[in-house]
Amino acid sequence: MELFSTESKKIINDPINVNNPISLQVLGICSALAVTIRLDQAIIMTLAVLFVLTSSNVILSLIRNYIPARVRIVIMLSVIASLVSVVDELLKAYLYDMSKQLSVFVGLIITNCIIMGRAEAFALKNGPSKAFLDGVGNSMGYGLIIIIVSFFRELFGAGTITLPDGGAGYVLWSIPDSWYAAGYENIGLLVLSPGAFIILGLVIWFQREMAGVEEDA
Amino acid sequence: MYSNNYTLGFVFIVTIILGTMLSFTKENVKDLQDQNLKADVQKTILRSLNFDENLLLTNESIEQTFKNYIDAKCVDIQGQIVECNIEEVDIEKNKDVLPVYMRVSNEKIEGIALPIAGKGLWSTIFGYIALNPDTESVLGIQFYKHGETPGLGGEVEKKWFTDNFVNHPQKQSNGELKYIPKKIRDKNGKIVSITVIKGGVDYSDSNNASIHQVDGISGATVTADGVTDFLLEDLLRYEKTLNKIRDYGTI
Repeated sequence: MELFSTESKKIINDPINVNNPISLQVLGICSALAVTIRLDQAIIMTLAVLFVLTSSNVILSLIRNYIPARVRIVIMLSVIASLVSVVDELLKAYLYDMSKQLSVFVGLIITNCIIMGRAEAFALKNGPSKAFLDGVGNSMGYGLIIIIVSFFRELFGAGTITLPDGGAGYVLWSIPDSWYAAGYENIGLLVLSPGAFIILGLVIWFQREMAGVEEDA
Repeated sequence: MYSNNYTLGFVFIVTIILGTMLSFTKENVKDLQDQNLKADVQKTILRSLNFDENLLLTNESIEQTFKNYIDAKCVDIQGQIVECNIEEVDIEKNKDVLPVYMRVSNEKIEGIALPIAGKGLWSTIFGYIALNPDTESVLGIQFYKHGETPGLGGEVEKKWFTDNFVNHPQKQSNGELKYIPKKIRDKNGKIVSITVIKGGVDYSDSNNASIHQVDGISGATVTADGVTDFLLEDLLRYEKTLNKIRDYGTI
């Protein structure tokens, strides 16, 4: 299979657009709500999911013909859980401040339905190179949504835009004091989980409109 | 359909491989992780003692600053110095051995940092409060470990909250506001600690206690009450030590 064939493009593009894991399949909502308070957290989380999803897809695809069907869920879980633990340990060693902020949510990647879902639905049925592309596509689809949500939540909830750096985050832009003096106020609701629901709902609506998806009534 | 033996064997091999991978990773990064943890605690102590942020950028500079300026000792509840391995004192459980971190320059104490720990809403909150050598006014307060809700109780570690402890607006005779630190002792020298108020502090003249009060966090009353409680409890445990430093300038 060629890397840039129509089929591979479709494998990558579909989960970003018309078959997005969050906005169309409504999977992985739990972490999408939890780690979207700040943009830098969402970016690091996207990278963590990219690593876990791509590796688990490739590993499981490589051994797919040897896994006994009866224990496949156990095998998938152990592979995913091990990869997540590795990410967690690496974050604690190299990005300590970030791992403090993401806290339990890194560990919760294990229960992210997207990863189990892709393993079961795609990796066990396709070869490693397709599985790799599927992993990249789906984590990008996931990342795109949580980055959009966190951008709006941080901007309107906390009044800043933070990018990840080695430490506690680099503040790219924050709302100037003169705005606050003029009566501007941050929307506190957006910092809380209900705020994430509202933004996520709007994003889902927007993307379904764009993708032209129609639900069966 | 695979045989039972095949299934068992397969699971066994997968487990061995994954287990090896995990322990290999952990083994390789453990030292770094321990350094990060240690540096994080030291950074909290240094921050509470109002060290310049530029000295706290890397783990190495934190360790160096800590070594150069901090005199760490343990005391008991009577204010007597006791032997201890200060890094291993469990500040939450061990109430007899009390760590004291002093910022020392030219053999003079410039600040005293004391560990504080207690229950918030979901978790134990850990931090340090630093006092000026008068043992009355707050030099700084920092929290480094907690499991409170981000955005609500989690705000205790944020600058806007910790800054409340060192910014008490005091009206000058010319009508201007001057910011002075909050105080943990009342006029008679009794330790009254600092209370986190639900809502904002009443700064009108009728509220004499406002110098012992800070603004609360909306949506985090239980966390704030927890901070109030353990701050008083922990400061009282150091009362004799603090009196000694106030009266003699040393412990």
